[in-house]
Amino acid sequence: MSGAASLSVRGISKRFRGLAAVSDVSFDVSAGAIYALIGPNGAGKTTIFNMIAGVFRPDSGTILLDGAPLVGKRPDQICRAGVGRTFQLVRPFQALTVEENVAIGALTWTDDVKEARDYAGIVLKLLGLDDKRLSYPDRITLPDRKCLEVARALATKPKVLLLDEVMAGLRPTETDRMVGVFRKLNEGTGLTILLIEHVMRAVMALSRHIVVVNYGKVIAEGTPEQVTRDPDVLACYLGVEAVE
Amino acid sequence: MTGLIYGLSALGLSVIFGVVRIVNFAHGEIMVVGMFGTLVLFRQFGVDPLLAMPFIAIILFGFGYLLQDWVIRRVAHLADHMQFLLMAAVAVMLIAVCLMVFKGDAQGVRVRYALDSFAIGSLIVDKVKVYAGVAALITSGALFAFFRYTDSGKAIRACGDNYVGALVVGLNVRRMFALTFGIGCACLGAAGAIMLLLIDVHPYLGPAYTLLAFTIVIVGGMGSLPGALLGGVLIGTSEALAGIILQPSLKTAFSFGLLILVLLFRPQGLLGRASR
Amino acid sequence: MLSVLIIVLYFAYVGQAWNVMIGFAGLLSLGHALFVGIGAYASAALFVHFGVGPWLGVFVAIALSVLVGCLIGYLGFRFSIGGVYFALLTIAFAEFTLIVIDHTRWLGSTEGLFLPVSNRETVDLLNLRGSPVMFYYVILAMAASALVLCRVLLNSRLGYYWRAIREDQDAAEASGIHLFRYKMIAIVISSGLTGIGGVWYAFYYNNLFPETTFSTGKSIELILGTVVGGVGTLFGPIIGAFLLTPLGETLTVLTAGFKIDGIKQFFWGVCVAVIVLFRPSGVWPWMSTLLKLDGRRDGAKP
Repeated sequence: MSGAASLSVRGISKRFRGLAAVSDVSFDVSAGAIYALIGPNGAGKTTIFNMIAGVFRPDSGTILLDGAPLVGKRPDQICRAGVGRTFQLVRPFQALTVEENVAIGALTWTDDVKEARDYAGIVLKLLGLDDKRLSYPDRITLPDRKCLEVARALATKPKVLLLDEVMAGLRPTETDRMVGVFRKLNEGTGLTILLIEHVMRAVMALSRHIVVVNYGKVIAEGTPEQVTRDPDVLACYLGVEAVE
Repeated sequence: MTGLIYGLSALGLSVIFGVVRIVNFAHGEIMVVGMFGTLVLFRQFGVDPLLAMPFIAIILFGFGYLLQDWVIRRVAHLADHMQFLLMAAVAVMLIAVCLMVFKGDAQGVRVRYALDSFAIGSLIVDKVKVYAGVAALITSGALFAFFRYTDSGKAIRACGDNYVGALVVGLNVRRMFALTFGIGCACLGAAGAIMLLLIDVHPYLGPAYTLLAFTIVIVGGMGSLPGALLGGVLIGTSEALAGIILQPSLKTAFSFGLLILVLLFRPQGLLGRASR
Repeated sequence: MLSVLIIVLYFAYVGQAWNVMIGFAGLLSLGHALFVGIGAYASAALFVHFGVGPWLGVFVAIALSVLVGCLIGYLGFRFSIGGVYFALLTIAFAEFTLIVIDHTRWLGSTEGLFLPVSNRETVDLLNLRGSPVMFYYVILAMAASALVLCRVLLNSRLGYYWRAIREDQDAAEASGIHLFRYKMIAIVISSGLTGIGGVWYAFYYNNLFPETTFSTGKSIELILGTVVGGVGTLFGPIIGAFLLTPLGETLTVLTAGFKIDGIKQFFWGVCVAVIVLFRPSGVWPWMSTLLKLDGRRDGAKP
C-alpha cells in the first residue's frame, strides 16, 4: 500500500433532468484521515462518490486529489491516479477467480501477471480471504464478496479509498473485522479513507470526522461527538438506530 | 409506393423490438414465407393477393405467436448476440425449407389488372401499385388503431414501456410478448401478400429485406411506429431516386450508406425514443 | 479427405480470429467476411496486376484490414454503439463493400477476380502456388500459431483486462482499465488475423467473387464453428470447426442422391438453434466439464 493523499471537494453540484441530486457540496479530507459520509437514503452520497470516481461529471465545482484536478478524467484514469472505489452492489468479475479479480486491480501498476497475482495473494491474506483464492465469486458468501470488492480496490495501491456501504448486510462480528482491517491499513500506511455508511457502529468506530448530507446538501460536519448532538442531524435521522 | 409496403413490414420489426426487445433477424425470411403462402393460395385457389392478405396475416400470426412462446422465450435471459444468432438460425432454416419446397427459381403472380393503370392528371400510375399502397395504408391504420384504442394494444405498449411495472400490475407478460410477436409476423404476412403483387419471390429474397427493414426501422426510430412508416417511405423514395440518379444497382449501397450514417449520428432514428 | 481437413483448419483459423473480437472484447461482428474479403482482394489484386507475391501482399492485406477494423471500432466507440447496433453496423459495412467491389472493374467486379491457375505439381511456396498439400501445411501453421497466440494473450495482462471488460465494463473501468484502448487492440488483432486468412483464401481458391466473399452468409458461416464450440474459449473455435465441417460435408454427400436443395443450410440452422437453446456457452465448456478438465485456464465461463 502506498502513501496517502488529500481529497478536496469544492462546490460540486449535479442535476439529473431537473432534479438536483447534489447541490454545492464541499468538504476536505486531509491525507491519512478517515471521513464518513452519512445521510438518509437518496441524499446524494453515492452520486458524490460517482463524481469523485469519474462516472459522472459534476455540473459545477472542482475535485482535487493532492491538489491535482480530477474533473474531466475517465474513471480508469482516476483509478490509476490513486482513487480506489467499491460499488454499493458488489460487482465482482464472475468468470474470474477471487485471486484473478484482485489481480486485475494490481495490474494497474504492473505489467507482470505473476507479480499481480502474488500481490493479490498478499491483499487477500490481509482481508482473510486467502483460503478462497481459487474460488469463483458466485460460490462465496456475500460478506466475502464484499471483502473481495475491497481487496480489488486495495490491490490498485490507492492513495484514497472510497468505500460505498461495505458494511451493509454484515453481522456485527464481521463488521468489527472489517473495521479492524481498515484501521490497521490507515494506521499502517496512512491510507485516506472516505466511507459512505449507514451502519453507525462502523462509522463511530472508524471515523474521526463525519460529513452529513441530506437532499444533496451538507447539513453538518464535525467529529462524531459534535455531529450526534447536532439538532439538524437528529432531525433528519429521527428513528435511526443510535450508537450502541 | 413501394416505400409504404416497406414501412408496413418495418412496422412489424419495430413493434417486436420495442416490446420484446428481440432483434428479429429472420424478418425478411418470414415475409418470404408469407409471399410463398400467398403464391400457393393464388395458384391453387385463384385468390387475389389482396384478398389473401388477411388469411396469410392470420396464419403468420399463429406462427409468430408459437415461435415466441415456445422458442424465443427460452433465450430471453441470454446475451444479445445469442438471441441474434437464434433468429439467424431460424432465418437459415426458413430459407432452407423454402428452397426444399419451392426450388430456387423466382416465381410470381399475374393478376388481371396487372397492366392497367390510373391516369391522374398527367401522371400515369400502375393500378397494381395503387392498390398495394392503399392496402398497406389501411393495414397500417388498423395497426395504429389497435395499439391506441384496444385494451390489448395498450397492454402491449405498457409492457414495452415498463416491463417490471407491467409485471407488477399483473399483466400476463408472457402472453403479451407472444401476441406482439404474432402481430409482428402478421404485419409481415400482410406486407408479403401485397409485395407479391409487385415483385416475384424466390427463397433468397429474405436477407436483403431483413437488412432493408432494419435500415428503415433505424432511420425511422426503433420502437416508434410512425417512424417505421416514415422510414419506409423515405427509404423507398430515396432508393427510387438513387436508382435514377446513380446506377440502379447502387440503390442498395445507397441505403446501406444511409444506414451507416444514421447509426452513427442518430441511432434513435428520426422519431425514435431517446433512451435506448 | 485432405480438402475437408483444409477447410476445417481454415474455419478453425478464422473462427479463432473472430473469437478475439467477441469472446475477448465482447464486440459482436456479423460482417467479419469483410476482413476476409479485404485481405483476399488486396493480395490477389497485387498479385494479378503488379506481380507482388503473397508474402509481401500479406502486409498490405493486414494494413487494410486493420484500418477498416479500426474505423468500425472507432465509430462504434465514439458513438457508443453497442451490441445489436454494432453488429448491424458491421453487416452494413460488409454489404456496402460487396456492392462497391461489384462495381469495381479493376477488381473484377461481378465476374470475379482470377489468379493465374497454379501448377498443382510444383510447390512454389514463395508465390503460394502449388499442391493442396502445401496449402494444408500453410493453414495448419496458421491455425496452430493462432492458437498459441490466443493462449499467450489470454494469460497476459491483456487477457485479464479483456475478460474483465467482457464481464462488467463499468467495474473494469473503475479498476483502472482503459476501455477504448483495449477494445481497439482486440479489434486490431481480430481484423488483422482475419485479413491474413483472406490472403490464404484468395490463393487457395484462385478466384474471388464479391457475392461469395463478402456476403452475410459467409460471415455467418465463419462464425458457426466458434458459436457451436464456445464463444470466448480457447479451444471452442477449433472444436467447432472440427465438428461442423465434416458433418456438413457428410451431409452433402449423403443427400446428393436426393436432389433436395437446402438440406445443408437447414442443418446449420438446426445446429445453431440447438446450441443456443441448450448449451449457450458452447460445446467445449460442456465437454470440459464432462471430462472433468475443470482447470478453467481457457477463459470459459463457469
